[in-house]
Amino acid sequence: MRREGLDRALILVVILLTGFGILMVYSAGQTDVPTLARGAWMRQLAWVGLGVISAAIVFRVNFRLLEWAAPGLYTLGLLLLVVVLLVGTGAGSAAHSKSWLSVGGVRIGQPVELAKLGTILLLARYLSSLRDPPSTLRALLMPGLIAGVPLLLVMAQPDLGSAIVFLGILFSMLFWAGVAPRLLLLLASPAVSLLLAADTRWWGAWMFLLFVLLVIWRAYVAEGVLIYIVNAAMGVLAIIIWNRMKPYQQQRLITFIRPESDPIRSGYQAIQSKVAIGSGGLFGSGLLNGPQKRLAFLPEQYTDFIFAVLGEELGFAGVVVALGLFLALFLIILRIARRATDPFSSLVVFGVLGLFFTHLFENVGMTINVMPITGIPLPFFSYGGSFVLAASLAIGLVLRVAWDSRQSGYADV
Amino acid sequence: MSGFTPDRVRDRWATSQMILGVAFFLLTAAFFRAQVLGFQDYRLQSEKNRLRQVPLMAPRGAILDRNERIIADNEPGYTVKLFSPSVDSMRAVLARFRSVAPLDSAEVETIVRRFEGAKYQPALVISGAKFEVVSRLEEHRYLLPGLVIQTEPRRIYRSRAAVAHLVGYVAEVTEDELVKDRYSGARMGSLVGRDGLEQQYDSVLRGVDGVRYTEVDARGRMVREEVSSPSLAPIAGNVIKTTIDLGVQEFVDSMWSAALPGTKGALVAMTPDGQILALYSAPTFDPNLFIGGIESNAWNALNTDPAKPLLNRAIRGTYPPASPFKLATAVMALRKGVVTFDSHMPEPCRGGFQYGNRYFHCWKKEGHGSLDLTGAIAASCDVYFYQLGLRLGLPSLLEDGTTLGFGDRSGVDLGSEQRPSYPENTEYFNRRYGARGWSNAATLNLAIGQGENSQSLMNMMRFYAALAGDGTVGPPYLVKARAAAKPRSLGLTPTQILGLRMAMVKVVEHGTAAASGGKELNVAGKTGTAQNATGKNHGWFIGYAPADHPKIVVGAIMESLGGHGGAYVAPYVVQVIRRYLAAMDPSLAKAKVKVPILEDSVAAPTVIPGDTGRP
Repeated sequence: MRREGLDRALILVVILLTGFGILMVYSAGQTDVPTLARGAWMRQLAWVGLGVISAAIVFRVNFRLLEWAAPGLYTLGLLLLVVVLLVGTGAGSAAHSKSWLSVGGVRIGQPVELAKLGTILLLARYLSSLRDPPSTLRALLMPGLIAGVPLLLVMAQPDLGSAIVFLGILFSMLFWAGVAPRLLLLLASPAVSLLLAADTRWWGAWMFLLFVLLVIWRAYVAEGVLIYIVNAAMGVLAIIIWNRMKPYQQQRLITFIRPESDPIRSGYQAIQSKVAIGSGGLFGSGLLNGPQKRLAFLPEQYTDFIFAVLGEELGFAGVVVALGLFLALFLIILRIARRATDPFSSLVVFGVLGLFFTHLFENVGMTINVMPITGIPLPFFSYGGSFVLAASLAIGLVLRVAWDSRQSGYADV
Repeated sequence: MSGFTPDRVRDRWATSQMILGVAFFLLTAAFFRAQVLGFQDYRLQSEKNRLRQVPLMAPRGAILDRNERIIADNEPGYTVKLFSPSVDSMRAVLARFRSVAPLDSAEVETIVRRFEGAKYQPALVISGAKFEVVSRLEEHRYLLPGLVIQTEPRRIYRSRAAVAHLVGYVAEVTEDELVKDRYSGARMGSLVGRDGLEQQYDSVLRGVDGVRYTEVDARGRMVREEVSSPSLAPIAGNVIKTTIDLGVQEFVDSMWSAALPGTKGALVAMTPDGQILALYSAPTFDPNLFIGGIESNAWNALNTDPAKPLLNRAIRGTYPPASPFKLATAVMALRKGVVTFDSHMPEPCRGGFQYGNRYFHCWKKEGHGSLDLTGAIAASCDVYFYQLGLRLGLPSLLEDGTTLGFGDRSGVDLGSEQRPSYPENTEYFNRRYGARGWSNAATLNLAIGQGENSQSLMNMMRFYAALAGDGTVGPPYLVKARAAAKPRSLGLTPTQILGLRMAMVKVVEHGTAAASGGKELNVAGKTGTAQNATGKNHGWFIGYAPADHPKIVVGAIMESLGGHGGAYVAPYVVQVIRRYLAAMDPSLAKAKVKVPILEDSVAAPTVIPGDTGRP
């Protein structure tokens, strides 16, 4: 009876993705020059084992209990983020930021992954407790705070990649809660303004468009004015923020726009990653045989840039298979979110979707230079214990929601 | 919550699916663009990343003598090179390199410059490394990422200093030469010929370097050789066969270094038709010093030596031709028809000749009396040739001298031959001294090989080869005559040439009544003593033998000899002649040699006794 309540499609896709991922971590370790990646696949396997156990435990937890515990988990996540800011250490692809929590010199994890789950849970709890979906900017203040606090804490590490993930979670969950897309757009407008501030002409055009949109959508006058002022302020702030950025962050942004501008240092990763993927062609150079990877031209080949190894060795065909599996996973999670028994469960599942999707889009986009290099892991592929655990917990949550809905009779038609 | 009514959820579900679809489509399109459309470009970049070209040096063609004995060939040598991803890391590795093998800081700069010139190739560090150095480097390979040790052919000149000016040497092409494309097909690090035959026939000898591909990692360390990309085998250079007789060449060297240490000069031996048998310049040097890059102190020593060992005196040194030029005056007079062999001059020789307000001496104070042309050539009488010059007239002397080739290079197939100086016409004197600043006395000086006349040994050899042969000779050559250079003709009848030859040996025949028993070797020749403005006199001797049917012409110039002049030079030339002829006819090894040694020191012909020991 219980077996029938399990979402087999989800389990199958997750197993395929995890197996594919471990295979790639193994391949990433097969280099002609010794790298840290050599034995990583065995450690990854151990983490996956641990992940299965945690997922099984989470699966057994009642969602009402989770809903009750959400504020506690969220607060714990925030606390750890603060601790990390005070005593954190850098490592791996984030060597210069304080993202690792270490006890007695042993790195035990990146608390940001826990904070992401905590934020999903608390946002789900808050949003599901509302009578109607937020329809004003003021109503968005609370969810903005829930996601904004951890966002600012990770920005302080600094970890731009995870900050973007919090934004992804916030926007996807607001959308799923029923917030009108135009409101989301207005909410996002300061960020657009920030990005376009680099070029006065674009920024001017954006401000004009914003004005037109505010008029068409007939926003409250106070809110409209506020948004307009914030957007204008962002245009000014952008300069200040740029000046206060760490040089490597500035460099990363410049490198994103023009990787060739610095082919030896920050542009190196972007160029080598794209060269690896491009040289893979239709069918790739064969598993284990990617020259860029073998000869260590590819940086962080078993963590952030593992997808470049896949692209080089398995070619476009491999990329399509991997992306296809991800799409399947996302569609399954989306279906589960739709069929969830209650808004809280549904929002949690959609939050997990937002988390995975942001990670995937950012990571894979970065390897092919359509997103800036930020250094966040690719779910199921990148080596790294904290994220494997977080992803397993998330899958455990989704499985539970699927089970609950099947138990309540929402079976496949 | 009101947002979760089934239809609203379904709307958002549909929207989400659409967003996911668009996002995945965009990602897939980005990969399609890079992997399918951009495949060739990225593939190329990936190859460039990981494959480094290692040039494979082509073995240089050997240089052989006329009997196919080896003058220059190759032996296996070691070449040490370094790959590096950047200049900084190159410097770091070189710093460690210096703790293993010696390199001075100037060399480090040179290596870094080579690296900057061709970053995807290994930079040459040491060419022709010794085995001990190579084995020390191998031991410390872990310190030296990117180290490449190749066995490469290394040039060797087994006759060492004996052939230095003849063959030249090889050295790495300079950036300047590459920019000017002086050596076509040469690349950074190519070895090219410098000086001598190596330079002249570089394009024949050099061959085409090959390429091997080596895979390197991101830090420029070599991972494995000869991966999928094909390597290009080097094409060996061509062998050249020269006219040189290495036996004679080495004989000259051993003779000179044993009997004439410290004497500067040159010696050239050739056949009457212009094939050079030996070409020697002293002091000499060991061309092997240059192979694999000459050490800077050896280079400084060669360059600052006042004796100028790098100068090839046979083609670069020019000297007043002195008495050997009298034959040229005689040739001009005969072809103009102003004299015959029996012609006497109006003034007999009384030890000098009054011309205008100046008195011109003959080298023989007592005087020669009245001589005909034959006698004057035999006795080298200055007074006779003064008058002969006047009878020809200055314009004719200049014009005919130029026609005979005294104003032009011999055209030997070697680079950087010095152009002799000989006035083309009287305009030269007007330009130099002003229209009234000179007198006809210049005629007298020119007629006896002095004055405004400066000839290289090689150019004089070309004239004497014509005398020894049939009166016509092309440019002298080591491999093949330059096509552009026309043969020069003396413009004499065979009888006249014979007459000149007879005149050159007349004294000998008269002087030595009966060369009792045994074989005789008659050498026809001319001694000369050239005044040297900056020191002691230079001595000339140019001779050929056998006098009646010449097979070899040998000439030598020795600098700063003092009193003896040409008479001092002659015996050495005779030794070389005998060495060559005895190889063909061993009985000549012990023959008595009759040779006309005249002027300044010995008036009478000298008989040099036959060699007893040497073949």
